Amino acid sequence: MTVGRIVEILEAKVATGEEHMGVEVQAACGADLMSDVMAFVKDKVVLLTGLVNPQAIRTADLLDIRVVVFVRGKSPTADLVAMARENGMVLLSTKYTMFLACGRLYEAGLHGGGIREIV
Amino acid sequence: MKLKFEVSPDDFSLVGKASSELKRVLSRLGIDAELVRRASIAMYEAEMNMVIHAGGGVAEADIERDRVVMTLSDTGPGISDIPLAMTEGWSTAPDRYRELGFGAGMGLPNIRRNCDEFDIQSEVGKGTRLRMTIKLGVGGGPA
Repeated sequence: MTVGRIVEILEAKVATGEEHMGVEVQAACGADLMSDVMAFVKDKVVLLTGLVNPQAIRTADLLDIRVVVFVRGKSPTADLVAMARENGMVLLSTKYTMFLACGRLYEAGLHGGGIREIV
Repeated sequence: MKLKFEVSPDDFSLVGKASSELKRVLSRLGIDAELVRRASIAMYEAEMNMVIHAGGGVAEADIERDRVVMTLSDTGPGISDIPLAMTEGWSTAPDRYRELGFGAGMGLPNIRRNCDEFDIQSEVGKGTRLRMTIKLGVGGGPA
């Protein structure tokens, strides 16, 4: 699924990264705890989160996650946008809740969880 | 090559700067992306632990031909029960850090998972020293 398609499905606003709408993603992860993102995410997922602080961007960057979606209508602040731009990332904002945003992407065919095996 | 960072507890937004810088340096050296990712995660979790539990400290990275050795030292309260601290989901982090996305009790187990060698020395009342090694392997090291 392309980033552009994600923007359509989530009726999202693009805060930065307009030039990356053609980038393909295979998996997504929804989490507010960055500890869990770091512990479980294995692939280059789209990260959906309600956490709007520099550590969300930092976590994504360290994990090579290039697309972050802020859910529940939250918008990234200017410093987060600048940080993301510097790292070549896409930041999106959607009015949908975490559950509905994840559900809409899953329904549209984005089925990969991108995490390590949990035993 | 040696890198050294002061990890300050004063500004939460700056936590992870050492990890970002380490990632940048390792990537520039041409080290395999998966190894860079593992080193960055370990460093970031360790930085975060040091800020949450010990009021900051010093983070160092020693980049050698065949390995990256990261050492984090603090003069915080120390860890009284290391096996318990290594248990996934067990945490003594204050609630304010959970609201910021951390303190879920995944830090130390996640560090161990990402490192080839992991050593933790801690004395209550004196501090903690964490030594984490990532082996670069054949073809993975600096170009």
